[in-house]
Amino acid sequence: MNLSINIKETDILLEISVEGEIDAYTAPQLRERLFPLSEKNGVNMEINLSGVSYMDSTGLGVFVGVFKNVKANNGQFKINGLSGRLQRLFEITGLSDIIDVNSQIEGEVK
Amino acid sequence: MDFRDVMEPKYRELLENYIKDQSEQALYAGQKFSRKSIEHKISPEEIVSLHKSLLMQMQPDLPENVLYSFDILLEVMIGYGLAYREHQSLRHKQEELRSEMEIAANVQQTLLGTKIPEVDGLDIGAISVPAKHMNGDYFHFVQDENNCISVAIADVIGKGIPAALCMSMIKYAMDSLPENRMGPGSILENLNRIVEQNVDPSMFITMFYGMFNPENNLLSYASAGHEPGFYYDAAKKEFTELSAKGLLLGVEKRTKYSNYHKEVHPGDMIILLSDGVTECRTDDGFIEREILIDYIYKYIHLSAQDIVNKVFKDLEKLQHFQLRDDFTLIILKRKV
Repeated sequence: MNLSINIKETDILLEISVEGEIDAYTAPQLRERLFPLSEKNGVNMEINLSGVSYMDSTGLGVFVGVFKNVKANNGQFKINGLSGRLQRLFEITGLSDIIDVNSQIEGEVK
Repeated sequence: MDFRDVMEPKYRELLENYIKDQSEQALYAGQKFSRKSIEHKISPEEIVSLHKSLLMQMQPDLPENVLYSFDILLEVMIGYGLAYREHQSLRHKQEELRSEMEIAANVQQTLLGTKIPEVDGLDIGAISVPAKHMNGDYFHFVQDENNCISVAIADVIGKGIPAALCMSMIKYAMDSLPENRMGPGSILENLNRIVEQNVDPSMFITMFYGMFNPENNLLSYASAGHEPGFYYDAAKKEFTELSAKGLLLGVEKRTKYSNYHKEVHPGDMIILLSDGVTECRTDDGFIEREILIDYIYKYIHLSAQDIVNKVFKDLEKLQHFQLRDDFTLIILKRKV
């Protein structure tokens, strides 16, 4: 089970795309990469999870932690590319009410 | 007799046999010898030095430079010997840790123990099985002085020991809440404040809290981001999702939790679960909630405890007896 984390940084945006499975084994990796980034003041972080095939509640814990950090440092936080299963996870836990998830405009012209 | 005392003649015999006819059998005796010497904690450098001294006795005319070469072999082997002894001591430590883990798991069982209450008119069954030693799932029953039955089911996000320790704290927080007629929503609000203040900021808890009043057969409930359970309507033979909105405990201090209500008719069931049940992964992917319903339905004629036991057994088998996550399933059935 592998996890790959790609980080693209521009002046205005920190784009992070995650691929693979996020569970108890891979979540610590994710936490180590994301936490230092979330502590920068005023960071604008966008996370794309379209390449994530599985995520359990441990992964959710990492994102909530990162979200809280970003907010505490006056930043912006967004999660995109959630599959139906992941979207449901964010809805059940009430997190979709406080975290901006899947808000990008869908149905783009191909 | 001590192995060390017989080691020298034994090894000598091995050497002599092999030098004589280079047979497979003599080599095999060498393998047996090495197993014996490992068992008796003989280090590799001891064997090398034994080899050298025997060679000197057996072949007195051996060229000196061959003998010198053994000094190098000896030096090199000392490193291996140290690594081997380290390995032995780590194995020993691992044994110790494992037994401490077992003790911790037992203590947790005792600390978090809850008794399934005996209530007229209500049949209750519960099962909770950890994926590893320590259980991050938790359920708790309370029967108050008005005979109301409360049930809490919770899952700590995060696994293993930290999650388990955290759960113990929640249990004591729950026990110390005043019992007198607090609704499920306000109980969750209280626990949320405690978790928000006291728990590691990256640890969160999902919880479903239900309260059944046998006087009017009314179930009140609230949820803090917990995996929704099911409600079985016996008259319609129909399962519906027991959904309730609410944020995880420990994220936002001022979170409010709404109370939901449902009238429970004879034969109806309230089914509560942890995400370890729905995240049961099989060869064909995750089990769907509909499949879970089918399993429950299959055993619906049984008692609540038998249903949860049998459903667990079936799902365990589907996952080849390897739980990925802690598994908790609770059923409350109003007797007919």
